[in-house]
Amino acid sequence: MSGAVKIAVVDYGAANMVSITKALAAVGAEVVVAAEPAALAGMDAIVVPGVGAAASAMTHLRERGLVEPLRDWARAGRPILGICLGYQIFFDTSEEGDAETLGLLPGRTVGLVDAPTLPHIGWNTVEAVRPHPLFERIADGTHFYFVHSFAPAPADESDIVARTTHGRSFVSAAAKGSLYGLQFHPEKSSGAGLQVLANFVGLVAAVGVA
Amino acid sequence: MLARRVIPCLDVANGRVVKGTKFLNLTDEGDPAELAERYAHEGADEIVFLDITAAHEHRGTMLEVVRRTASRAFVPLTVGGGVRSVDEMRDVLRAGADKVSFNTAAVATPELLTACAERFGSQAVVCAIDARRLAREDDAKQRWEVVTHGGRRTTDLDAIEWAIRAVELGAGELLVTSMDRDGTRSGFDTELLSAIATRVRVPVIASGGAAGPDDFVTAVRDGKADAVLAASIFHRRMHSIADVKAAMAAAGLPVRRIEESVA
Repeated sequence: MSGAVKIAVVDYGAANMVSITKALAAVGAEVVVAAEPAALAGMDAIVVPGVGAAASAMTHLRERGLVEPLRDWARAGRPILGICLGYQIFFDTSEEGDAETLGLLPGRTVGLVDAPTLPHIGWNTVEAVRPHPLFERIADGTHFYFVHSFAPAPADESDIVARTTHGRSFVSAAAKGSLYGLQFHPEKSSGAGLQVLANFVGLVAAVGVA
Repeated sequence: MLARRVIPCLDVANGRVVKGTKFLNLTDEGDPAELAERYAHEGADEIVFLDITAAHEHRGTMLEVVRRTASRAFVPLTVGGGVRSVDEMRDVLRAGADKVSFNTAAVATPELLTACAERFGSQAVVCAIDARRLAREDDAKQRWEVVTHGGRRTTDLDAIEWAIRAVELGAGELLVTSMDRDGTRSGFDTELLSAIATRVRVPVIASGGAAGPDDFVTAVRDGKADAVLAASIFHRRMHSIADVKAAMAAAGLPVRRIEESVA
């Protein structure tokens, strides 16, 4: 590859942009904050971060004209990583605010079931369902930082990469081709989180840098 | 399994970490971002900055501290002190904090919790409750009152009732400090903690009174706390975060061990 991997972090009013942009830069990516479709041009990959509610996230994405560009990007098989709310909106719908979301993966985001505490806040273990390059050099059962009350229920079992238990178990990582989703925050998960982001950047580089 | 969190708290004034007794005799202890990064490397599960800057004109300094910290310490960051509006909270989150903790401002304006939760989600809204024991009347249940302004002012709020109400209003987490124990190194008030933790569904962070690793164990086991916060025992290097986690693990509590956190 020639030059650093160029990653657009989608800014749709999601609060903390500092951590994700600095974490990606720390693992060698060249990061651009993208608040409009034009900013995606020339990028190698997209990261959709976020916390908060699905319905308002979709509203903000729509206002910025980003919904169709994100769909086109993913359907073209180009690398895209969703984190927390960004991962949830990859699916068809969300129970939270009864929102219609991006529909890149089949399934629905639903509230955590039988959770002893809500929101689910803190470091929880991520258990592999199948080996995946996103978790290379990460021991099975490593702790990552979560902060959420909802999680996607993928309709297609083969999209499931890892699970986490808080009350009932939920899908904490999913992937299909070059589309990756993480319910936890790698940008807040210290060394293990940076390793996941480094793995993502490595996968993007392997696909080919623009 | 969800780990019980160990959280060092740093008092920040005018952009520097300070140490002192009851806001007096403050001494400069270094750069907040540098100390936060060190704690993150030592296994801190989260960092709390308590802004004790009195003057409002120094708010920009705190935002810069948050920005520098979020750029190098990749663990969750909570900022408490001085945030009084939705817009001020937005500024702190955009600077790189994950949560904002409200104390006196929430007591004065409870609807602030709701407005902030609606805008940023309840997971970003922490309600800090400073509680002091009331003299127990015969056969009556133990009660605690809410105090504000670092314990200098009393309110007519019952701490347990305020905790329940704060969650209803939108707080996604409670930071409960025993003002009877704070700074005394006599252990956490586990009776206060469990009285609150058993009545709310959100996580409860225990604060006030840590003397050693065993206190962290009792705060979780007897106090039913999800996380434990401490300041002086870490700053003065009396105990490391690893010591505390080792004691918690030995007691059978789930913790994130330090070796995982090193890349």
